[in-house]
Parts: sequence; structure tokens; C-alpha cells
Amino acid sequence: MTDIKEKRPVTTTRPTTRKPRRHPHPIWYAVAGAVLVVALTYVLPPFRNYQLATVGAYFTVTAGLTVLTGLNGQLSLGHGALMATGAYSFALAQNKWLNMPLSIVAALITTTLAGVVIGLAAARLRGPYLAGLTLAVAVVVPSVTSTFDETLGSDMGLSIALDPPPGVLPMEQWQAWLCWGGALVTTFLLAMLVRGRFGRDLRAVRDDETAARLAGVNVARTQVLAFVVSAACAGLAGALFAFLAQSVSPGAFPLTLSLFLVMAIVIGGLGRLAGALCGALLLVLLPALAQTAGERSGSQHLEGNLALVIFGLVLVVVMLAAPGGLASIRFSTISRRKR
Amino acid sequence: MDRFIYLTFDGLSRGAVYAAFALALVLIWRAARIVNFAQGAMAVAAVYVAYSVTEKTGSYWLGFAAALVFGLLLGIAVEKAVMRFVDHSSPLNGVVVALGLVLVVQGVLGIVYGNEFRPVETPFARDAFQIGGIAVLSRYDVFVFAAVGAVVVALTVLFTRTSVGLRMRAAAFAPDVSRLLGVPVGGMLTLGWALAAAVGSLAGMLVVPTELGLNPNAMDVLFVSAFTAAVVGGLDSPIGAVTGGLVVGLLLSYVSGYLGATVAPMAVLALLVVVLLGRPGGLFSSSKARLA
Amino acid sequence: MSAPETGRLDRLDEPYRKKKPLLEVEGLTAGYGAAPVLHDVCLTVRPGEIVAVLGANGAGKTTLLRTLSGLVRADGGRIAFDGEDLRKVRVEQMVRLGIAHVPEGRGVVTELTVDENLRLGGLWRRDRADATRALSEVYDLFPALAQRRASAGHQLSGGERQMLALGRALIGRPRLLLLDEPSLGLAPRITAQILALLRDLRERTGLAVLLVEQNVRSALAIADEGIVLSLGRVVTRNSAADLRDDADLRHAYLGF
Repeated sequence: MTDIKEKRPVTTTRPTTRKPRRHPHPIWYAVAGAVLVVALTYVLPPFRNYQLATVGAYFTVTAGLTVLTGLNGQLSLGHGALMATGAYSFALAQNKWLNMPLSIVAALITTTLAGVVIGLAAARLRGPYLAGLTLAVAVVVPSVTSTFDETLGSDMGLSIALDPPPGVLPMEQWQAWLCWGGALVTTFLLAMLVRGRFGRDLRAVRDDETAARLAGVNVARTQVLAFVVSAACAGLAGALFAFLAQSVSPGAFPLTLSLFLVMAIVIGGLGRLAGALCGALLLVLLPALAQTAGERSGSQHLEGNLALVIFGLVLVVVMLAAPGGLASIRFSTISRRKR
Repeated sequence: MDRFIYLTFDGLSRGAVYAAFALALVLIWRAARIVNFAQGAMAVAAVYVAYSVTEKTGSYWLGFAAALVFGLLLGIAVEKAVMRFVDHSSPLNGVVVALGLVLVVQGVLGIVYGNEFRPVETPFARDAFQIGGIAVLSRYDVFVFAAVGAVVVALTVLFTRTSVGLRMRAAAFAPDVSRLLGVPVGGMLTLGWALAAAVGSLAGMLVVPTELGLNPNAMDVLFVSAFTAAVVGGLDSPIGAVTGGLVVGLLLSYVSGYLGATVAPMAVLALLVVVLLGRPGGLFSSSKARLA
Repeated sequence: MSAPETGRLDRLDEPYRKKKPLLEVEGLTAGYGAAPVLHDVCLTVRPGEIVAVLGANGAGKTTLLRTLSGLVRADGGRIAFDGEDLRKVRVEQMVRLGIAHVPEGRGVVTELTVDENLRLGGLWRRDRADATRALSEVYDLFPALAQRRASAGHQLSGGERQMLALGRALIGRPRLLLLDEPSLGLAPRITAQILALLRDLRERTGLAVLLVEQNVRSALAIADEGIVLSLGRVVTRNSAADLRDDADLRHAYLGF
């Protein structure tokens, strides 16, 4: 089982004579991240804290997606819909019981179940078929809100009852803490998960399914598990977004969101959690910049759309410039360390 | 019973459009082994061109022609400038690049035209004839059938009766051998993209007036239906694409008619899942697994 | 790298021997990516001549043919065909110069019918009348194909596929045929038929053939000259008769 050869990406040449640097344990990254975020929230103005919180929420989902696509080779265009699932579960639970931890658990449970269902289907599909199925999920799921408009509120969505932040904490700071708490716990767990046997199985399946199967890896189970894990991440992220917006509506989870997520992990560098963080940052910064540019030009049309064009162009250029496409973009901290 | 007949004709009319759109997907899949996820966005761009031309000239038909020509050119541009350089070692590469194109096209359309819905006119009335007291077809439906039928016949003749069609098929199935036999494989690929994009534009022209109106995202849902149609028929089979289109059209029509319009998208998703998991290779292809 | 022993070849009193070379390859180096497969390969094919390319698996025989027809890019050296620099010619143009390449595995387009495969071979020709004439000539040459006109390529037997590939190449009325392992997977009787046909074609039309074969005995039976490749280098170049008699060489490189 341990004999599976990694396909070494050609791009990451490093002199073999150099002794591989030992990476610190993921817990130190998480602790450092938490300290940094808490410190930042005391110096940043409220709006920046809100943006920081949004980065955290995006990071939660891009981290999960990078494990799925980068380490396991499954492309999902449906993670926006999974976020919507998490967000609506959170909203319904919160409005019923007004208990945040319980609502987050509810979001995790429903998206995990959704992840099992889609993952089971996805494990039997490859390439464009998987992409098409998940795209269909991304397009169709928001329309469910119209079908059950009494509970889900159709296009108008639902507003969410929230407890006020503890003590004298400003709302934005509280939001940043919670979102980053979620993001750091998620990425810590993911990092632990992919360090061990599971991570090895993921990459073995990605690189050569037949070889992995011959080496005793249960390919289907690995793929379903990867999907479920990343779906749960998306669910948590959806809950965090609902918490940030204090409301949910289908318009917050368009197809574009799913495409943005794919773009973020591709540009960030597939398979690295650090890449997922870069992607999450981009998802917040680029639209903000584009909006400023749009406001300056005085054109209403430019606002959201400029970001679309930039994202799209960057995605196309990165894909065409990278020799071998996705395969050369992806590499993982683990495989680098073991070299 | 009256309602059933009405829904059947309505479904066939919708299905004809899905069939055309699915044909466009199949054309590119056969030529390049890429599912063109940007097909919907490209078609919307063509419909916007038609909208502008019609607005300027006052003629629906000039706009119609402009859409087809623009679609043709856009297909050529996308193949020559982007898709030609996609690495084929993983089928995901083409998908991701196409998604990037979706963002670019939708963003550009939004910048130029804005994101609000614009009503689009039809060249023929959309109220249905009465046959024996039952509302059956509108003149617009007849136009849709005629247009899609003409495309199907033209493509069939092209592929089975002409030497260009033979070259295109050979280039798709065996590129290296075809080059050794003097077939300009790159040119055939470009031609395939151009034809597919033009057919996609036609489908867009036919369907947008029957939906909410023109908007950069107008084809997102339609793309899913068309993809389902193509998968139902098998991505390799043009006949399958047409049949799949009609099946999806009928399903959507019955579901919206009897269960409500909001259930229709879920019915498509369910059909897609059932076909993908239950019938690998689609209903019309010799069992080729989807593990590629 | 042994020097070409032209003196010996000249002893063969074939009429076409005196003609000037159709294909001249000098110092050819080629391969996939960084590692070259062919090193400094030299060979000559004259009109009406059958040259066998021999060697073990992995010697570079198929790569040699693929480089000549442009499917693999040459890294160095000279390839001249009838005075034209082949390295500057695109793959699609080769057939127009009179070079037909029947690739390894025959290259029958299995999704197309026999008739479509054959027509494909003549599509590039301006002279439609002659293309049609060539088509019926091929059907005369291979009556088995005429009976299976409408069958798809994947329904054919190995022998029928080889006939189809060969027939398709002939429709272009080539001057040089690059033929890769025609006997692979075929019954000896069919192999013999195909090789006899090659010899007949050479007599009638002056077709030159560069023949890659694993089946050394039958290849040398019809060839005029043979070159032996080993690890991408030409180790011997000699008349077919001499190669047949060279026991040491046969043991060392050809395994019989």
C-alpha cells in the first residue's frame, strides 16, 4: 500500500541534495492564525473586520474543495449549492431554537447527508460527467426555495434571528472571530486528515485509480469520503455566510459562486491549504477592487461584472500557461515534505 | 386529455430547442472530447448581438442572421484562441477553461448591456392554434420545429453525404491517421466549433423569447437541460441528442403542467442522475463507460 | 556506425539501381521530449526499391517512420524526398508529395466503413476522376474489401484491416510507402499474400517501400536492401541477400 508512487509534478524541482525542511505541526499554524486574527480584529476598522470574516468563511469552503479537487482529482461545481444547503439549514434551525452551536451542527448534518448522496453518484462518474452533474446541482438547488416557498421563503429568502455578540464586542469583530474559528478548526482537521493514510489514499486515487485499486485502496470509498468531507466544509461555510449576512436567499448562492470557488482553488494552487487561503483572499479582494474601480468610473454595469471578467481571464490564462493544466498546478505540502 | 395533448405539443416544442442545443454539445464532444460548458454563455452573447441588430434595424431576421454569423465567428475565435491550447492530459482541463470563458462572457455582457432582464420579441405569434377545440401549437412553435428540423437535416447531410463531413468525422476519430491522409485536422476542429456555436446560437435565439427574457445568465438552466439531453442520448450520438432533447422537453412539460413549474428543474436533475448512474454511455451508444 | 557499402549494392543488376535516390536520410536524430530515440540515422531509398528496416523491439523502427512522415519532430539531420526538404513539410502535405504512411496498428478508422476509409485516402486529390478510378482499382486488387464496402472498420478481421490500410494508401498513388509491421497479428498465409502484393506493386508501378518488420525472414525475402537498427542507431546496412547470409548479424540483432 505504501509503495504507490506519487507522480512527481515536474514544476516543483528542488535540489535533491538539500535536506527537506520539516514543517511544523498543523496545530502551530492554527494557533498562530488564531492569534494573528484576534490581534488584527482589534486594529482593523469594522468594515475591514467584516471583510476579514468573509475571507474566513470562504477559506472554510476552499480548503475543503482543495482536498476534493487538488488531492483527489474530483471537480465539483456544486459546492455553491452545498453552501446554500448549509446556510438554509442554519437559518431554519436558528429561527427555531436560537442556539448557534446547535444550528451549526444542523448545517453540518444536512450537508454531510447531501455530500453522501452526491458523493455516491460522483464516485461513479468522471471528468465532464461529474462536472455536468455537479453543475446541475448548483443550478437546480437554489430553485428548491421556490418549490417549498412557505418554509424557505422563495426568492426573498429568510432573515435569521441572532443573539447579540457577547459582552461589548462589536458585531464585526465577533463575526471575524467566529468565521476564523470555523476556518482554522476546519483546516486544522483537514491538515491532520490528509497527513496520514487517508491523504495518501486520496492522492493514489487521483494519480492512478487502477494502481490504487491494485494496491488495496478502496477507490469508491475514498472518493465518497473526500466528497463528504468537502461537503461538510461547504456546509459550515454556508452557515458562516448566513451568520454574516444575517439572512439567506437563493440569490446569494448563484452558479457564479460555485465557479468562483473552483477558480479560487485553481489559482491558489491546487492541493495546498495555503493555496486555498490565497484563493479565499482573492475572492474577497478582487471584487472589492473591481467595485472601487466601478464606482470610480461611474458605471453601474462595471461593479460586479468587472470581477467576473478578471476572474475568468485569470482562470483561462493560468490554465493555458500551466504545462499539463491542472496536473502541474496541483501539488501538496505532504508530497513535498516526503520527497 | 386536452391538457395532455397540449402539454405534449408544448414539450415537443421545448424539446426541439434542447435537441438543437444538445446537438451543439455533441458536435464539440465528438470533435474535441470537450464538453463545452461555455456553450450557454456563448449562445447568450449571440442573442444579445441579435437584440442589438434588431433594435438598430427594426428587423428580426437581420438580427437572427447576425446571431448565427456571430455564433460562427465566436466558435472559431474560442477554438483558435483558447481551446486549441488546452492540455488534454486530463478531461478536467477543458472543463475548467470553459468555465473561465463562462465568467468572461457573462461579465462582458453584463458590462455592455447590464444585468436586467430584457424582453425579446418573437417573429411569430405565440398563441396556439385550436384544432378540434384543443389548443395545440402556436405559429412560433411551428417555426421552432422548422428551424431545428432544418438544422438536423443539414447536419445529417453534411456528415453522411459530403466529403467535408467525412473529413470531420475522420479527424475526430483518428487525428494522426487523418493527418497522414492529408486531412487538415486543425481546420476540421475549428469548423466543428464554428458549426456547434452557430447551432447553439440558433437554440438560444429560439428559447430566450419563451423564457423570462434576455439576461447574461439566461441560459444557465437551459444548459443543464441540454446537457441532460445530451447525456440521455449519449454524448457521442447526434441522433441520441435529438431524442434526448425531446425526452427532456416532454418531461419538463408534463412535470410543470401537472406538478408545477417550480418542480421542473428538480425533475431534470433526477433524470440526469438516473441516466448517469443507471445507463452508462447513454441510451443510444454502445456501452462505453464514462470513466474517461 | 558502419559506412554505407554502396559497392556491394551496385553489384545487384536491377534496372532501377541507377536511378537517383527518392528518399535520402542523413544524420537523423529524433525522439520524444528530452531523450532522443534515433541517433544519426542514414538511409537511402531509390524508386522501385524495397528497403527493410529491421531490429529488436524498441530499436526505433516505428519512430523512424513517424519521423519521416512528420508525426515526430526531427531534432537534427537531413531528410530529402525527391530533392525536397521533408523536415519543412507538414504531416498533412506528405501525402501530396507522394508519401503514404501505413502506421503501426494499421490506422483503420474503426468508426468509418470500408468505403469511407478508402475514400478518405483520396479526398486530398484534385483529380477526382482519377481518385474514383484508383478506388475501383483497389477494390479490384482486394476483392475481399469490395464485398465488405459497407462494413464498419471494427467489424473487419486483422487481414482485412491490413488490406484496407494498404488499399487506402494506394489510392493516393504514392511513390514511397512507409509500411509499419504489416504482418503483426496476421496468419503467415496472409502475410505472404501481402508481401507478394508489395513486390508486384513495385514491379508494376515502381513504388518504393520502406518496410518495418519483425518478421525478418519474410521481409528479407522481398527486400532489396536492409538496414538494422539497434538502440536507435544503424548498425548495418547491406543488401538483403547478404543480410540473409550473415549468420553473426542474425544472431546478434535479429534473433534467428
